[in-house]
Formats: sequence, structure tokens, C-alpha cells
Amino acid sequence: MSDALVIAHDLTKRFGDFTAVDSIDFEVQPGEAFGFLGPNGAGKSSTMRMIGAVSPITSGSLSVLGLDPVTQGPELRSRIGVVPQEDSLDVELTVAENLMIYGRYFGLTRSVIRPRIEELLDFVQLNGKRDEKVDKLSGGMKRRLTIARSLINQPELLILDEPTTGLDPQARHVLWDRLYRLKQDGVTLIVTTHYMDEAEQLCDRLVVMDQARIVAEGAPADLIVQHSTREVLEMRFPPGTQEENIAQLGGLAERMEILPDRVLLYTPDADSTSSEAHARGIRPVAQVSRRSSLEDVFLKLTGRSLVE
Amino acid sequence: MTSMLLRVIPLPFRSAQRAKYVFERNVMVYRRAWMIIFSGVFEPLFYLFSIGIGLGGYIGDVTGPGGELVSYTAFVAPALLASSAMNGAVFESTMNIFFKMKYQKTYDAMLSTPIGVPDIAVGEISWSLVRGALYAASFMVVMAGLGYVESWWGLMAIPAAVLIGFAFGAVGMACATFMRSWQDFDYVTVVTLPLFLFSATFYPLSVYPPAVQQLTRFSPLYHSVELVRAFTFGVFDWSLVGHIAVLVGMGAVGTAVVGKRLHRLLLT
Repeated sequence: MSDALVIAHDLTKRFGDFTAVDSIDFEVQPGEAFGFLGPNGAGKSSTMRMIGAVSPITSGSLSVLGLDPVTQGPELRSRIGVVPQEDSLDVELTVAENLMIYGRYFGLTRSVIRPRIEELLDFVQLNGKRDEKVDKLSGGMKRRLTIARSLINQPELLILDEPTTGLDPQARHVLWDRLYRLKQDGVTLIVTTHYMDEAEQLCDRLVVMDQARIVAEGAPADLIVQHSTREVLEMRFPPGTQEENIAQLGGLAERMEILPDRVLLYTPDADSTSSEAHARGIRPVAQVSRRSSLEDVFLKLTGRSLVE
Repeated sequence: MTSMLLRVIPLPFRSAQRAKYVFERNVMVYRRAWMIIFSGVFEPLFYLFSIGIGLGGYIGDVTGPGGELVSYTAFVAPALLASSAMNGAVFESTMNIFFKMKYQKTYDAMLSTPIGVPDIAVGEISWSLVRGALYAASFMVVMAGLGYVESWWGLMAIPAAVLIGFAFGAVGMACATFMRSWQDFDYVTVVTLPLFLFSATFYPLSVYPPAVQQLTRFSPLYHSVELVRAFTFGVFDWSLVGHIAVLVGMGAVGTAVVGKRLHRLLLT
């Protein structure tokens, strides 16, 4: 395990009295897509900033690409790519100029950067926008440009902090496709997200974070097997009648989660559970049978849903 | 320019080898927005034509720094140069830095590359110095062309204007790191306007009663005006050292505060 790209042990970040990251341990292996899943404020971004060598660690240890982020920051940053949560593109420059100046920040010469700009614009499908000002781009295009920018130094490790937050479904799929290709090319990805579908799509392995701590770790499918049942039956009742209906649901499922607007029944077979419920005379206004997801894992581990 | 700066600024800033990329970014932006640079050239010239030549023609001759009679235009021109060096530096450092820091996240983007806080501080300040030098040089060309420069020492007004830009730019940038919203920019005007009006800009310090003279000596623009005026008239005494010391001190303190603040704001 010593060839891990990122090794964190007892990693802690405090801002005054507030503990943003509370002694977490994890390792990221070369070539994998590693996720941090958790609600806003769980400590994901703070962890990313420590890995990206822009935020000093408070205690514990952290090694990235075998380097110490605190003492070897510039060298470390020259070998990684960062896609920040908030767009930080230079709105006073064009698409191509953004890539050029960002490459210059790494000390690359213009003749090295020029062909890379064409390659990267191709990769993120922005060739047509080469000389557009950045503020004319859509949200999805800005994200793609930010990804292109983060690749200008051909990083070994790419850190993406909520890469698709605020994008429409189509734009998200385009982005996921590009990230998947990067992974195919051997770039190691670290992704934070509060979308379970994103985590399921992109990540080989992930940790679930809640209130500054890691509450679970594993491959998405394994986490679901470990912490949830195969299927879920969701039932919605007429307003005001949820409580009386719940009283009749006893023993129908392995586990039950009661949300403000619906009830989740955890069961190996949602359809047969549904039939049993109907036999008992329970009549929901709407119901859905589905596979368990990471959302259910999170709900079980924390008692709250991911996106509130 | 950068190497001159490196000698003036405190030790932690000497590790700023990548400041040139921060500078280069500004060149890239202003290559297209050259009108803004242009307006910086014209601001002091507008002052010169309206107050210097317009009002000056009406006032006639006044007593110069050496005690001799000089035209009012020649008297007020160095003060206008010093004032616009201050205004340019303050405007550039507060507005631009605030915008880049709070809204555009330019520095966050830079800091995720090998660039560090010292590079940003040195790069931004160097940029404002080069701009200041450009403005001052074009002003001096016009002034000399009109015959209002009394001494070859007048050439030294250009580096003097750069020093003024450094002093006010560094302090302005330091202030920008404390600003929370655009409303706070009203304070900038609250400070710079009285400085412009009362720093022995339009008339000699001797017009004031002694108590007010003492007060005026606290104005950094007063020292700026006296410095440029000494050079354009070629009249020197030991007070020159004091003027330079005040401005160098402001620049050094400002730069140090900027480094500390950027570190606190961006690298926590």
C-alpha cells in the first residue's frame, strides 16, 4: 500500500474552535477514481484544500505524490490539477488566453502550451469557443474550460471539488464522460460530491463523510451491500395520515426510514413487500420500488438525507 | 523594476521568482483594455491643462521653493503629477485587487499553481509601478514640451512618481484586503480627496498658520508633492531625505501587510 498517491493519517483541520476535518484516515491508489461523498459542510472541501497544498493541516499527517504539502507546496502543486468548487476563470480573458496564462503560471513556455491548448479544447469540445470571452460561456462550458485548464500541466492527480454542482443533467453527463476518459488515460481522480449518482457513476472507491468524520469507506456497490438491503419500497401517504399508516407497517421490512414526506421500507424484494402491504389494506397515494443507492447508505449511517 | 523592488521589500518576499507571471497576466488583460491605460495618461494632463494652464494663466507668478518668482503652472504641475500618481495607484490597487480577490477568485486560481502569495504581492505591485512610470513619463514629456520644467533634475520626477505609486499602491492594496463590500470604497474617497486638496498641492505650505502646517506634514501626499517639486525646480535640502523615507516606509509596511493578509485570507 506504500505506492498510494495520497496517504492521510489522523488528518485534522481546525478553524479556531471549529473542527472542519476530524482525524480522518484514507489512501488513494494510482489510477483510481476516489470519491468524498457527504452533505455540504461535511469537511470535503477542507480536505481537498489540504491535498491541494493551499490549506495547511492542523495535525496528523498527509502525503501527496510522496510530497509534504506544507513544505513542498509549489512542487506538489506543479504536479496536480485542481478544479475548484467555484469557477475561478479569468473573465477578462478569452477561452484560449485562460489556458495560456494558466500554463504560464506553471512556468511552461508558450511553445509548449500552444499545442496543448488545441488538444485540450478538442478534449472538452470547446474548439468553437476558442476566442470567446469567458463570461459569454454557459455554466457547463465554464466547467469544461475549468477542467481543460486543470490539465494544462499534464497532472498525475486531478482534484475535483463538486465538479457538476449547479449544472443541468445533460451538461453533467458530458462532464462525467470526459472525466471517465481521463481515468482511462491513467489520471488519478479525487472527486467530492453530494450527489450519490455522481459518486456511483465516477468513483471506484469512496468515503462517506459526515460532520468532519469518515463514516464509511468502500466501493459504491460494496457499501450498498454492507449497509442496505437489495431493494427499497418508497411509499407516500395522503397528508396527515402517514402516522396511522406507519403503525400498520410493522414487520413488513428489515428496516424502515421515516422521512417528512414518505416512508422507505428496506427489503430484499420490494414487489412482494408491496403485495403484503396491500393485503394489510395499506393504500399509499404513490409508491416506487427501486434498488438501494448510496443515498440509503448515507441515510442509514447518519439518519439524514444527503441533499437537504 | 522587480529587482529594485526586491531590495526594498521585506525578506519573505524575496522568494517571488514567479511574480513575472502575475505581471504577465495583467499585460495580457490590458493588451485589450488599453483605453484604461490611455485614460491614466490623460488624467494628469487634464489637471495640467485645467488647473495648471487655465487657472495658472489667471494667477500669474508665485513664489517658488527656492524663493524666486515662478509661474503658477510650473508651481502646481509637480503637485498634479504627484496627486495623479497617488490617485492612479490607490484606484488600481483597491478596486482591482478587491475585484480579483472577492469576485473573480483570480488569486485562488493562481495559488492552486506553483505561484505563491509573495509572487502575487510583488507581481501586482510591480505592475502598478510600471503603469505609474508610464503615466509620469508622458506627463513630463508634455510639461517639458510646454517649457514648465525648470531643471534637468526634472527627469527624476519620473522615479519619484514611481515611488509615490509604490507607497500608495502598497497601502491601498493592504486596505483592499480589509474591505467587505463596494460600499467600503467610499472611505477611499473620504481619505484621498482631502489629501488632494490640503497637501500644499495648490499653494505653498507657508499659507497655513504654524499649527496647520504641522498637521499637513502628516499627509503622505504632502511629502510626495514636495519630493516632485524639489526635482522639477532642482532645489534641494535635507527634507528630501525625510520625504523619501516616509514614502519608502509606507510602501514597505503596506507590502508586508498585504503578504500577511493574503496569506490569512487565501491560505487557511
